[in-house]
Amino acid sequence: MELQNKDPLQVFAPQLERTSIQGYVWIVFLLVVIGIGFYAFLQQVYLGHEVTGMRDNVVWGVYIVNFIFFMGISYAGALISGTLHLFKTAWRKPVIRMAEFITIIALLIGPCFILLCIGRLDKLHYLVIFGRIQSPITWDVIAISTDIFGCFIFLYLSVLRDIARLRDYELLQLPNWRKKLYNVLSLGYTGTPEQQKRLNRATDIMAAMVIAIAIIVYSVLAWIFSVTLQPGWHSTIFGPYFVIAAVYSGSAVLIVCMWVFRRVYHLEAYITKKHFVAVGVIMLVLAAFFGYFTFSDYLTKWYGSEKNDELLIQLLFKEFYWEFLFSNYVGVLLPLLVVGIAKLRTITNITITAVIVVLALWLNRYIIVVPTLESPYLPIQESRAEWLNYSATWVEWSLTAAGVAVFCLLFTLASKFVTIIPVDGLQVEEKKEDVLV
Amino acid sequence: MNVKEEVNKHPKNSRRQFLKKGLIAGAGVAIGSGLVTAYIDATATETGEKVKVLTTDGEIMEVDQGLLKLPRVSRTESLKGIPGRKFVMVIDLGKCKNARKCVEACQKGHHLPHSQEFIKVYLLQDSEKTAPYWFPKPCFHCDNPLCVSVCPVGATYKRTDGIVLIDNERCIGCKFCMTGCPYSTRVFAWKHYPEFDEDKEPYSPEASSPGKEGTVSKCDFCPDLVRVGKIPYCASACPMGVIYFGDVDEDTVTNGTETHQFSQLIHDRAGYRYLEVLGTRPCVYYLPPVDRQFEVESGFADMNQEIIDRYKETPYSIKNKP
Ligand code: SF4
Ligand code: SF4
Repeated sequence: MELQNKDPLQVFAPQLERTSIQGYVWIVFLLVVIGIGFYAFLQQVYLGHEVTGMRDNVVWGVYIVNFIFFMGISYAGALISGTLHLFKTAWRKPVIRMAEFITIIALLIGPCFILLCIGRLDKLHYLVIFGRIQSPITWDVIAISTDIFGCFIFLYLSVLRDIARLRDYELLQLPNWRKKLYNVLSLGYTGTPEQQKRLNRATDIMAAMVIAIAIIVYSVLAWIFSVTLQPGWHSTIFGPYFVIAAVYSGSAVLIVCMWVFRRVYHLEAYITKKHFVAVGVIMLVLAAFFGYFTFSDYLTKWYGSEKNDELLIQLLFKEFYWEFLFSNYVGVLLPLLVVGIAKLRTITNITITAVIVVLALWLNRYIIVVPTLESPYLPIQESRAEWLNYSATWVEWSLTAAGVAVFCLLFTLASKFVTIIPVDGLQVEEKKEDVLV
Repeated sequence: MNVKEEVNKHPKNSRRQFLKKGLIAGAGVAIGSGLVTAYIDATATETGEKVKVLTTDGEIMEVDQGLLKLPRVSRTESLKGIPGRKFVMVIDLGKCKNARKCVEACQKGHHLPHSQEFIKVYLLQDSEKTAPYWFPKPCFHCDNPLCVSVCPVGATYKRTDGIVLIDNERCIGCKFCMTGCPYSTRVFAWKHYPEFDEDKEPYSPEASSPGKEGTVSKCDFCPDLVRVGKIPYCASACPMGVIYFGDVDEDTVTNGTETHQFSQLIHDRAGYRYLEVLGTRPCVYYLPPVDRQFEVESGFADMNQEIIDRYKETPYSIKNKP
């Protein structure tokens, strides 16, 4: 094991120092997608929300679905990295930074989608000036801003050691401003026992807090739906259901990120099958929970259904049949099979499953939001055809694509700034694991 | 012709006559003295059509429709509600034939585009064997309004007189109230509609006009009309007199031609509130569709086939159930 005998920074420095041609092409591509999204946004600002597919019946569409989705995957980091950290899980090192990046990046993108839903962005500050604590939106504003703040601190604490190492690493070929930045950001951390002790304590506290905040944020988000009287939303299970769905989608996104970075930065020696299986098992457990919650929610709606629940179920089983099948059957059963059966448990299989789970969970949010809005208490009887059904327009799709692109771009840039795997203590970790094996 | 002369022409009109004439009792009383004259725009052109307005001392005066300027009160004023009043609406389903005059008058009065309807007319059928009926639905001005609870900025509020209003200068357009309202009452301005520009007066939450892109609006029970002793646009426009408007405390409702004792009417005609089970406590009551004056099909008279089919396809209505 040659790798373990040299400074891991030697291995990781190139990804910080150089960007390949493909890397630049990738970044340009992302910028183009973001540019198209920006154009769509301008259209929406100048021509009004009419350019979206939303209308008086379906007042929230793909935007709110993306909002829930990005907020959801943001908990990959919060809950997964927080928990792994607190339990001092041995294998966590190579994946924990990615989880934290996912958290913070998704958390920055999610709220932008809710802003796209808002009719008067010029009056956004009213949320603070005239905020009413009775409104779940105010709860959300408070919870999300606390979450962003908490997650930033948590991420910062966990990269602090690496920043200090980068500062001290003489061979690093980087422009001076970068080195200066590391110097400032490392806050004079040198790794004295006293500093170590304090940092460890602070990280522990933040890990615990981030877990708690994440649960609160996602519950509040669920309550935006479940406090209303709309059929399908007015459900007591929504809080925990959303939390589980969130972590579930987060675990899947984490697997996809692991696969991508393993390939791009050649981390095969660090991220091994063991890690895929470990996160895969987390995903499997969450899939089981998610399936159970979904079943429980729809069973009660279907079995003793009120008239409007019945209409909703009819809609789900007719018009949204494929979406329902994909998100609530395939999305639940596939991980159980692929990760559950030892023979199928390969890196490729687990990754493909994760991709499907991510898509399934996006669709799951779609069929929570749209069908309910399409089956209100009073029937939709419009003389205006365009008011009848919802289908997202190119504006919404390009902004969705732009959201994903921003996610990829920030991830790429972040991986250029600090190593995607925490280098501090990495050797020790690997050796310990050798002993364990 | 000035206002004084107008008033002098009808010095003997009594409050009772006023009621019989079908205008809202006491609408003017609550307004501070002299306010009625403030609503007269002497520079406007007369239309020749007279309306009766109640002065503060209970006198009736007749004013030319064209001279009457509807009050545009400020947000602060609009938060309070008209003192001593509690408004209510009663809709007689037996008489509705989907003439849609209420919708048109409301849209005209509030300067709304075709796609924004403050009052909608649904075709409902409660179950397979029951008879379908036309169902005009304004905002219910619920006494327990979820739309008000969920608003993050206090842009929508419940007043002492029972009216739920929206201030579109405060509204940030989050649309949470639209999902909060279980009755699909609220409409959103998806763009700037040209109709909004027709209204040159300053904005008032009581007038819900001029509309503003990116904000929510809805039926407001026309408090600006009520302040000058008139009934809402929909109520006065309906040729069948389906919509009654009035005051619970005074126990009177009127559709412009007939006036009833509210409690008696609800008692005699088995009035009910729609979807009582949701606990929103509406201020709009319905009289069941009995003794119909029109065939339901007559409501399809001016519609093209596509729209008729759409009515028949929707859940709850005719021929839906397999
Ligand atoms: S009908 Fe809807 S909009 Fe009107 S007061 Fe009730 S909840 Fe609010
Ligand atoms: S759309 Fe306007 S009125 Fe409705 S909840 Fe949001 S801010 Fe309040």
